[in-house]
Amino acid sequence: MSEIALEPTLAAEPRSRRGIRALDLAIVTALLLALWQLVGRATGGIAITPPLGTLAYLADLVQTSLFWDHLGATLLAFAIAFAISAVGGLALGLLLGLRRFAGDVAEPILAGFYTVPKVTLYPVVLLVCGLGLSAKVAFGVMHGLVPVTLFTLGAIRTLPPVLVRTARAMRLDGWQTMSRVMVPACLPDIVNGLRISFSLSLLGVLIGEMFSSQRGLGFLLVSGLAQHNVPLTTSVVFVVVVGAVLANTLMLRLGRGTSGRE
Amino acid sequence: MSRSRTVILVRAAVLAGLVALLEVLCRVGIVDPMAVLPPSEMVGAMIDQLRSGELDESMVQTFSTIGLAFGVAVALGTLGGAVVHAVPRLRRAIDPLLASYYAVPTFIFYPLLVALLGLGKLPLVVLGVLSATPAVVISTLAGLDGVPPVLRKVARVQRLGRARTLWLVVLPAALPRLFGGFKLALSYALIGVIAGEFILSGSGLGYSISFAYQSFDSRAMYGAMLFVLLVAVGANTLLYVWEGRLARRRLRT
Repeated sequence: MSEIALEPTLAAEPRSRRGIRALDLAIVTALLLALWQLVGRATGGIAITPPLGTLAYLADLVQTSLFWDHLGATLLAFAIAFAISAVGGLALGLLLGLRRFAGDVAEPILAGFYTVPKVTLYPVVLLVCGLGLSAKVAFGVMHGLVPVTLFTLGAIRTLPPVLVRTARAMRLDGWQTMSRVMVPACLPDIVNGLRISFSLSLLGVLIGEMFSSQRGLGFLLVSGLAQHNVPLTTSVVFVVVVGAVLANTLMLRLGRGTSGRE
Repeated sequence: MSRSRTVILVRAAVLAGLVALLEVLCRVGIVDPMAVLPPSEMVGAMIDQLRSGELDESMVQTFSTIGLAFGVAVALGTLGGAVVHAVPRLRRAIDPLLASYYAVPTFIFYPLLVALLGLGKLPLVVLGVLSATPAVVISTLAGLDGVPPVLRKVARVQRLGRARTLWLVVLPAALPRLFGGFKLALSYALIGVIAGEFILSGSGLGYSISFAYQSFDSRAMYGAMLFVLLVAVGANTLLYVWEGRLARRRLRT
């Protein structure tokens, strides 16, 4: 389990430190922008466009329907993949967490699948699903399903037994035990799993688009490279990075919110 | 003990059952045998390819790239982690960066790297390093945090110098966490490099899979694919076992 919990734990902090943190964050952002500018300058714009140029290009790009078309294709595939991963992973994790034996049998298999380079399996997905939306979604699910499952499974296993006993004492039925006791108790871990599955589903969908697809941001990225359209590639990377970081920050906040409510 | 043995047996049975199921589905024709090769033929294809030496060059290429990326990531990550750990202010500044690093699909930088460094080994190594290093940094930080203060005090009492404290006290105490980071780094480097070869490159195992796919040579594709998967699972299992042994030795002493 600890294999997947990668991020450093951000401890709660007093208010006075917030100012310093904001300053630090500003400095780090400025440094990253400076690095970007530097690399862009040093290579004379053959590989990366500097920040300002990228933003200018992006401002034009968002006015074209082409961009929204590709963005929409990626978002659609991603939304379906993430929804399937979340619901399926939650159900599977609850099931395996409650059936101890099945959980013991399945956990190493899932963890093994998690560390395997799944890109190599993409041709199989393409051959089975055909080109198009379903292949991207299937690939996204392959990446995103396992983290939610493993996190939910782990959370249920480490659940204090007193909670289950209390539920029994209160004569809650199975469904109530699940929805009123288990899921709320495991919520912080589940949110964590969802956060990781979020980024991995996105990765899966993007890789799918990069390899063999006619639509989506991943396709736009690769076609930008093929046409030597440097501003286009840089803009797409920028959009994906900003979107991913924002979503992740939001979910980190959400996770801290759920764990604070004891 | 007997329960854990049962678990292992059932697990093996489940895996064997899945393979057998796939075999039957392919043979009967429910799964299109043109799309998915029956597992027995996959193994045959892999053995053929290994025997013929077709994959030798790709193997050398891919494994040396992964090894290089892994080595650089471990060195950079451990060093970086130690430095960041020593400067709390720096750590506070970098924490949010580390927390959201893996949210960004590192892989999307690959086209930029290719444009920057040209097609070849270098962008793949950089991609592997980019995706593996932060895991090592994070685990180094966790490992150094986990060193009990009493050990550092003992070192001071024994008047050990900085280097010897690090080598004799801090490193052994932090090793299990560090090892977890190395394990992750290996699988990230592996995934990064093979994905890079797969999408855009002219050589390597990932490339040979995508080349076989594009030329409709499904035997070659499944052979290479099975080989890559077996190597990945093998490497992970090896590290897993080694890690367990390391943990047990720590318990004994």
